Amino acid sequence: MSILSILLDAANGYLGAGVGAGLAAIGAGIGIGKIGGSALEAMARQPEISNDLRGNMIVAAALVEGAVFFAIIICALIIFLT
Amino acid sequence: MRIFESIQSHFIRRILLIIFTFGLTISGVFAMADPENTHEETEELNVGELIFEHVLDAHDWHILTWKGHHVSIPLPVILYSPGKGLEVFMSSQFHHGHSGYNGYKLEDGNIVAEDGSAFYDLSITKTVAAIMISILLLCVVLITVGNAYSRNKGQAPKGIQSVIEPLVIFIRDDIAKPSIGEDYFRYMPFLLTAFFFIWINNMMGLIPIFPGGANVTGNIAVTLVLALFTFVITAINTNKQYWIHLFNMPGVPWWLKFPIPLMPIIEIFGVFSKPFVLMLRLFANITAGHMIILVFVSMIFIFGNMNMWVGYGTAVVSTLFSAAMLLLEILVAFLQAYVFTLLSAIYFGMAKVEEHH
Repeated sequence: MSILSILLDAANGYLGAGVGAGLAAIGAGIGIGKIGGSALEAMARQPEISNDLRGNMIVAAALVEGAVFFAIIICALIIFLT
Repeated sequence: MRIFESIQSHFIRRILLIIFTFGLTISGVFAMADPENTHEETEELNVGELIFEHVLDAHDWHILTWKGHHVSIPLPVILYSPGKGLEVFMSSQFHHGHSGYNGYKLEDGNIVAEDGSAFYDLSITKTVAAIMISILLLCVVLITVGNAYSRNKGQAPKGIQSVIEPLVIFIRDDIAKPSIGEDYFRYMPFLLTAFFFIWINNMMGLIPIFPGGANVTGNIAVTLVLALFTFVITAINTNKQYWIHLFNMPGVPWWLKFPIPLMPIIEIFGVFSKPFVLMLRLFANITAGHMIILVFVSMIFIFGNMNMWVGYGTAVVSTLFSAAMLLLEILVAFLQAYVFTLLSAIYFGMAKVEEHH
C-alpha cells in the first residue's frame, strides 16, 4: 500500500514537485550562505567598508533568489495545474 | 491640479484628498453588500482555493465575507466580440459566478461565452483597478514634489521632497550613472518610473485591506509588460557594434561560429533570457511572499478546524511568523524594485558597445 502510494505520487508528479522544492531550498541555502559567509569574512578583515559590502551582498542574494524562485514556481505549477 | 493647488492650506488639501479617495470606495462597498446572496457559502475550508483567490486576478474586489455574505466591490466588465460589439456591464451581474448575463458567464474567475464564441476581455479587473489606485497615489506624491521644486527654486528641500530626493539621487548616482555612463539622462524617466511603480505596487500588495491587497506585481502579465519595456528600450538603443558582438564576436575561434553557430545561438538566447528572467524574478518573489503569508494564516484555520484550542495556539505562532515575514517582505519590496531598475540600467548600458581595436 505504501509503496503503491509513493509510486502514485511519483506518477502524479507530486513526488517530483516536492523533491524539486527541497532541492531549490538547498540551492538557496548554499548560494546565499556562501554570499553571506564571504561578506562576513570581508567585513571581519576590514570593518570600515561594511556598508559598501552590505549593499552588494543584498544585491547578489536577490539575484540568486531569482533562480531559486523560478524552481519554486515550477514546483507549485506542477502541484496546482495537474 | 490648479484647483487643488489654489487651496493654500496643506491640511485642508490632505483632508480633501483622503475624503475623495475613500469616499467613493466606501460608497461602493455599502452599495455592494450583496442583499441577494441568500444562500450560505458552506465553510468547507479549501486552502489551495483560498490561496489562489488571493493571488490571482478577479472581476470584483472581494473585501470580506461576513457570515456567508460576500462584501465586494464589483468592477466593470468590458467585452468586445467581433460579432456582438462592445459590451460594458458591472460584474455584479454575474452574482459571484451563480448566473450568466447576456450570453457570458463566470467560470473559475474567467469569463466564458456560453456559445463558445471568441471575444476580447478588456475588463477593469482587480489588478487594473489596483494599478489605477497606485498610479493615482504616485502621481499625487511625485507631481507635488516636482511642483515644489519649481516653486522653491534653489531652496533646500522640505516636506515630502526630503523623502523623494534621496531616492531619485540614489537611482541617478548609484544605478544610472555607473551602469550607463554619460548618456544616462535619457533613460532616467524610465528607470525612475519603473522603480517607483514596482516599489509602490509591492508595498500596496502587502496591505491586507482595500485599497491594498491586490497582487499587482505578482501578476505575470504586469511583470511581462515591464520586462518588455526593458527589452524594447535595449533593442532600440543598440549600435552596430552590439550586433557585431552578438553574431560575430571578436576573440572567439571561427569554428564556434561557422558551420554550427554555437556562440551566436547562446548570445541570442541571452538576449531573450535576460528580460525573461527579469519578469520571472519579480513575479516569483512577490507571489511567493504573498503565498507564504497566506499559508501561515490558513494554518490557523486548518488547525482550528481540528480543535479550537490548537487553533488559538497556532494563531499566536502564525501571527508572529506572519509579522516577521511581512517585515521581510517590506525589504523584498524595495529590493526587487532596486534589482529590476539596476538590471534594466545595466542592460541599457550594455546596449551600446564600443569598438576595441
